[in-house]
Amino acid sequence: MDRFLYLTFDGLSRGAVYAAFALALVLIWRAARIVNFAQGAMAVATAYAGYSVTNATGSYWLGFIVAIVGGLVLGALVERVVMRFVDHSSPLNGVVVALGLVLIIQGVLGMIYGNEFRPAPAPFSRDAFQFGGVALLSRYDLFVFAAVGAVVVLLTLLFTRTPTGLRMRAAAFAPDVSRLLGVPVSGMLTLGWALAAAVGSLAGMLVVPTELGLHPNAMDLLFISAFTAAVLGGLDSPVGAVVGGLVVGLLLTYVSGYLGATVAPMAVLILLVVVLLGRPDGLFSRAKARTA
Amino acid sequence: MSALLEVHELTVGYGAAPVLHDVSLTVDAGQIVAVLGANGAGKTTLLRTLSGQLKSEAGRITLDDQDLRGVKVERMVRHGIAHVPEGRGVVTELTVDENLRLGGLWRKQKPKLDGIYDLFPALAQRRSHLGHQLSGGERQMLAIGRALVAEPRLLLLDEPSLGLAPKITAQIMALLRDLRDRTGLAVLLVEQNVRSALSVADQGLVLSLGRVVTRNDAAALAGDADLRHVYLGF
Repeated sequence: MDRFLYLTFDGLSRGAVYAAFALALVLIWRAARIVNFAQGAMAVATAYAGYSVTNATGSYWLGFIVAIVGGLVLGALVERVVMRFVDHSSPLNGVVVALGLVLIIQGVLGMIYGNEFRPAPAPFSRDAFQFGGVALLSRYDLFVFAAVGAVVVLLTLLFTRTPTGLRMRAAAFAPDVSRLLGVPVSGMLTLGWALAAAVGSLAGMLVVPTELGLHPNAMDLLFISAFTAAVLGGLDSPVGAVVGGLVVGLLLTYVSGYLGATVAPMAVLILLVVVLLGRPDGLFSRAKARTA
Repeated sequence: MSALLEVHELTVGYGAAPVLHDVSLTVDAGQIVAVLGANGAGKTTLLRTLSGQLKSEAGRITLDDQDLRGVKVERMVRHGIAHVPEGRGVVTELTVDENLRLGGLWRKQKPKLDGIYDLFPALAQRRSHLGHQLSGGERQMLAIGRALVAEPRLLLLDEPSLGLAPKITAQIMALLRDLRDRTGLAVLLVEQNVRSALSVADQGLVLSLGRVVTRNDAAALAGDADLRHVYLGF
């Protein structure tokens, strides 16, 4: 039972990171109808930038801010310079271009920083507090929950309570009509990419200290897990992304806890296949097909 | 007094074959002008060009003597043009309230929706319903209401009666007449439903194959039997 509790809290903490990353994928999917396969590589790039600043200044938080702001800038750049010019007549085009971006980003990072793991220290202790003899939560886990929770709340407020959020939703659902109403649709698209990439960078910064360290391929497994989470929840559903992230996080920790860490990636892929076969629109998708 | 909207020898084409040839028309403030004609006559193309969605090859478009050629679609609303497109363009994933607010977002100050809800009591009861839950008539009212939130000087209306019961169509036409009389709104009304359109319009023009065949007072057009037979089919 103690082990189960320990694994559950560990799984929720991991799941929170997947949730944030899945949310980034959902944001871009809703805005641009592209699954951003470059999200992982973009997050790694900004994490490198962040940790470079941290190493140079000694301040984790300065590096953290640089990584998030870097995500905003990189997301906007990728949309303005690359994705805008992709022919969207076939959904595959965006995917192929995104995969190309992955190769470019990972190649450049390897050239600059080398292809070995670099240490990426956490801002808080990862030693868990004891609750009745069971180690459940570390300070770092609490930081992860707080950060992801804040992002979810802020995004919800942005989309449901602010004029800009309304503009972004309208621009995504009905671009032509939105233009007639004075909405700068292309600006909203850029903003959507920027926000999504920043959320992806946050997830990247949160996950790196829990892994082996920084590496150009460090987010590959994170991407697969988060993609599974997003598909599980339904690519159109932010709520689904959060729930999907937590489910995948729990699944991964239970499987690696009870069956062995080597089985965990396989479990994620099996889940992905099962969801795609059984409920390809995800658990939280609305039944109505998109018409506009 | 010069006209609010002046279109002078407008030519628009998709590729090689022009869809509109040398179209000229004027709309005064407080005037409803009906654009009539068969399918494919170029009515929708005319509206889409006026709201900046299509580029013109030649000609002049001015609103209050301001040149509108080359103005981006998303800037048109600032010039006082609101376009309710064919099929109404209600954002079906947003609520009634959100759709209406969207119409006023281009202004700094908060949009005033109370007046719109007074105008359309049916919408006031369905504020939090999503667009796709509305009937055709409610969607048309929402689309017009949303255009009015922008407080336009010129309203471009594309086939408001399409798919609506005659009673609802009559309500919408009465509303247009009322708005014109009360607020001085100018309306360029594209309609297949010639009778309804001429019942409310001050002036009418008939398009055929992209050319203006005739322009006249609405009453005169309604009474011109030859014209009705040849171009309007009733």
